Amino acid sequence: MKNIIKIAFRNLKRSSRRTLLTAALITIGVIFVLVYSALSSSFKAYMVGEITDSMMGHIQIHKKGYIASVDNLPLDKNLNKKQIDKVLEVLDTNPYVESYTFRIKLGGMFSNYVSSTNIRLNAIDPKTEQTTLPLFEKRIMHREPHLLQKGEMLIPELLAKGMNVKKGDTAVLVVNNKQGSVNGLNLKVSGIVEPISGPGGRDGYFHIEDAKKILRIKEAEVSEIVIRIKNVSKLQEAMKSMQGLALIKNQKDKPVFEIHAWTKLSPFYNIIKMLNLMDISIKIILISIVLISILNVMIMSVYERIKEIGTIAAMGTPPSTIVKLFLTEGFMLGVFGAMAGSIISFVIVKVIDTIGIRFAFGRQSELVLHPSLQMSDIISVSIIVIIIALIASISPAFKAAKLNPVDALRQN
Amino acid sequence: MIEAKHVSKVYKMGTLDLEVIRDLNLSIDSGEFIAIVGPSGSGKSTVLNILGGLDIPTSGDVIVDKKEITHLDTTQLANFRGEKIGFIFQSFNLIPVLSVYENIEYPLIMIQHLPSDEREKRVLEVLKEVDMLDQKEKYPDQISGGQKQRVAIARALVTNPKIVFADEPTANLDSKTAHRIIELMHKIKQDYNTTFVFATHDEKIVSSAERLITLVDGQITEDKRIVG
Repeated sequence: MKNIIKIAFRNLKRSSRRTLLTAALITIGVIFVLVYSALSSSFKAYMVGEITDSMMGHIQIHKKGYIASVDNLPLDKNLNKKQIDKVLEVLDTNPYVESYTFRIKLGGMFSNYVSSTNIRLNAIDPKTEQTTLPLFEKRIMHREPHLLQKGEMLIPELLAKGMNVKKGDTAVLVVNNKQGSVNGLNLKVSGIVEPISGPGGRDGYFHIEDAKKILRIKEAEVSEIVIRIKNVSKLQEAMKSMQGLALIKNQKDKPVFEIHAWTKLSPFYNIIKMLNLMDISIKIILISIVLISILNVMIMSVYERIKEIGTIAAMGTPPSTIVKLFLTEGFMLGVFGAMAGSIISFVIVKVIDTIGIRFAFGRQSELVLHPSLQMSDIISVSIIVIIIALIASISPAFKAAKLNPVDALRQN
Repeated sequence: MIEAKHVSKVYKMGTLDLEVIRDLNLSIDSGEFIAIVGPSGSGKSTVLNILGGLDIPTSGDVIVDKKEITHLDTTQLANFRGEKIGFIFQSFNLIPVLSVYENIEYPLIMIQHLPSDEREKRVLEVLKEVDMLDQKEKYPDQISGGQKQRVAIARALVTNPKIVFADEPTANLDSKTAHRIIELMHKIKQDYNTTFVFATHDEKIVSSAERLITLVDGQITEDKRIVG
């Protein structure tokens, strides 16, 4: 094999300009795929991190039917104490779960004593919210050293600008409870929340104990349970481990709970699916580049060396060795292109990572992306390139092996 | 050593059948130095190709070293050629990307799969035999036509073939070089009892041959042994 590699290498060197051009074409294709892949996967990871770690968590559990009517923020579809206990039985022993937090979601009126407007609110336990959504506090501008205390609220940036409310101002929150009675509560604005894309991305926050007070809730009651899992890549397994809850039925034989992964709740997941589709499209373009360029080079190589092939065949070189010789040439072109492309891509991605790419997404601006190249991407793209290079060499290699030595030797 | 019985070769030329060899019967013994002569198109090269297992006859049998070769498949024929036959071509046909040493070593690596020490011993031996030891690092485009043919002879001999087929081996050489090449092949024949079969127009080869076979229109018209 060593000698086949040696001869194949020298044959490639013999047409050095053509070899370099072909390898350069493959290299450019590999760079294109790897840099795009680094940027898109970093963008996806960044945005998914933003969404799951600052707002949605990885999994949410609600009372059956809640998500269908989530726009109305219905209080009559909250989980009661018995149902919460049932969920906790599963969560507290589940190996995938890192932490969870309770929320009561409600709508109300926000007044700054001059004017009032609608507001969507999340009543949270700041301690569990922080452990379940570690990036949540980063969304809060001009906040106190603590995240949130009783008697305080965090209002969305749009509302703060629209009603000219600043941190430290006092406002009144007026809400209807489940029974229909209207209750109000004075709260201090302790911070402004940056918006984020997706449902709930422009909500305000206040303490869950204040929510219980204003809603006149006596027993434990929550709208949603937000779960953070230990390993994001095990989302499907974690979902499966909680499916037992979805099978629990009430006296009317209807399911009690609904469990959703963030992928079902956030519209950003559709953008991820589009990006993944573009990943595949770009890989197909790369495959076409490699296939066409290597096929072209190898066919030319066979036609140029017909007499030489005839000579080695006449000497007694078996057809299988001739096949190996041409496959090795294609393989080496693929390896060279994949290696050069990977090295150059690594450098390009490193430079972009050092500089950082500033971008805006939706209403979020000044986001900085630091792409990184995954070893798995380098390996998978290199394997694709090498396999396609080999496939492209098969037809010319067999053509060379099938040449009749007498006819081949007659060629000039 | 070689026996051809009722060998015919027909080439299809569109709708026409062109019979290049007609009912050829031939027997060659070990250690013979034979020249096949005849006008262009008489079938000399075709006879050489069929006897050497490069081409398959349309009908008839060819037995080489007690082995019937007409029914072998492509791989078996390649193995047969690699083991028993050496070829020398008119235009040398050296592999341009390999050095003189590597060109000669090629059949030992790719065909006979010999270990490196054995290869080195054999290559140096034939290089010495053809007086090309000092040129072994050079590439084909760095040596003269005569030197290329010496390398081609060395490559044909390195596998210790029983028979060497040479198709117009002196056609591209000047007279003096051609003489030296013929002398070299004679010496090899005497030293190793190798059978040489030439297809040639060259008077120098004809005059040094021990047996002369004349071919006209694919048939042997004369087969004479030359004494002295």
